[in-house]
Amino acid sequence: MNLSSGAWDPYLVGALIGVLSMATFYFSNKPLGVSTAYARVAGLLGYMVSKPHTDALKFYQDKSPKVEWEVMLLLGTVLGGFIAAFSGGEFNASFIPPMWAAQFGNDFSLRLIVAFVGGIVMAFGARLAGGCTSGHGISGTLQLSVGSWIALAAFFAGGAITARVMYG
Amino acid sequence: MAKKSAQMPAEPLAGKGQAGADHPGKEAADSAPAPRQLLLGLVFGIMFGFLLQKGGVAKYEVLMGALLLTDFTVMKIMLSAILVGMIGIFGMHALGLVKLHVKPTKYAANIIGGLIFGIGFALIGYCPGTGAAALGQGNLDAIPGIAGLLAGSYLYAEFSKKLSATVLTWGDRGCIMLPELIGVGRTAFLFAFAPAILAVLAVLYWFAP
Repeated sequence: MNLSSGAWDPYLVGALIGVLSMATFYFSNKPLGVSTAYARVAGLLGYMVSKPHTDALKFYQDKSPKVEWEVMLLLGTVLGGFIAAFSGGEFNASFIPPMWAAQFGNDFSLRLIVAFVGGIVMAFGARLAGGCTSGHGISGTLQLSVGSWIALAAFFAGGAITARVMYG
Repeated sequence: MAKKSAQMPAEPLAGKGQAGADHPGKEAADSAPAPRQLLLGLVFGIMFGFLLQKGGVAKYEVLMGALLLTDFTVMKIMLSAILVGMIGIFGMHALGLVKLHVKPTKYAANIIGGLIFGIGFALIGYCPGTGAAALGQGNLDAIPGIAGLLAGSYLYAEFSKKLSATVLTWGDRGCIMLPELIGVGRTAFLFAFAPAILAVLAVLYWFAP
């Protein structure tokens, strides 16, 4: 797998994501965004543990735990990633990215723990900011939302500083 | 439910955005998602994941390169998507074909949440969407990442009441848009902003091949 770029031209891919955004607005009356889907699925898992407790949380009173458009979008994203990788001969089951291995070694558990903690931190930040790199970073910014441009700048500021610490 | 957006009357051009996408009660209308809507979500998701993978942004190295400022693939894709989507969606909106979904601006939450997001983004090396596409291309380290995303989302919900009463009220400006912020008309703003994005893309094209 070529680790430094994609199979397709980035400008073309970006333009097509722009067209896809137009399609989701027109056909589904929804902007592209995936982070809320994780929250809804987490709520569904919370139901398995305690439905009354989950329903009592303010967040889940506003966004009920259910499988809706965005959860389907998330499932589709996994599937689409697979189709693209498989069709391009890039599908490759691996656990540790080469760049990580070069810096932190091949310890399986270290990567697992850091990815898990990173996921927790990232989801908390996305919910507080009100969106992620797709909801704010693409859909929000293209609608000229002030908060989305601020959030996008903050995503990259926080990410750049942390990446510097890890790889600097 | 089919194409309800198409019958939506266009809001006045000076529209201050809709009631926020996050308002309680707004889901009453789609509490039982139509199968067609669910299927569309899946199809659009497949397209989205396909494009993310083909663009290379499901790769740990490319995403970390974006944060280390050594790889500009993410910037090229995002700015191209913003340029095309912006022109397309505002054009469709002017014709009354689509509704806008402007997220509310909350300065403190956008900044603090954004910085926290960025820290997590660097630790995992994928974002919520690209992590899903990464799993699809075989990156199994996206699995603990996704488990973390689920745990972190629930953790946020545990604190949501307290946060709603504090951080989320600091600098809450509602659904403001850039043209309003600087006090120009939306169309005039687009006529200046689109070429500006194009100029940045041109610089990337020439200087960061």
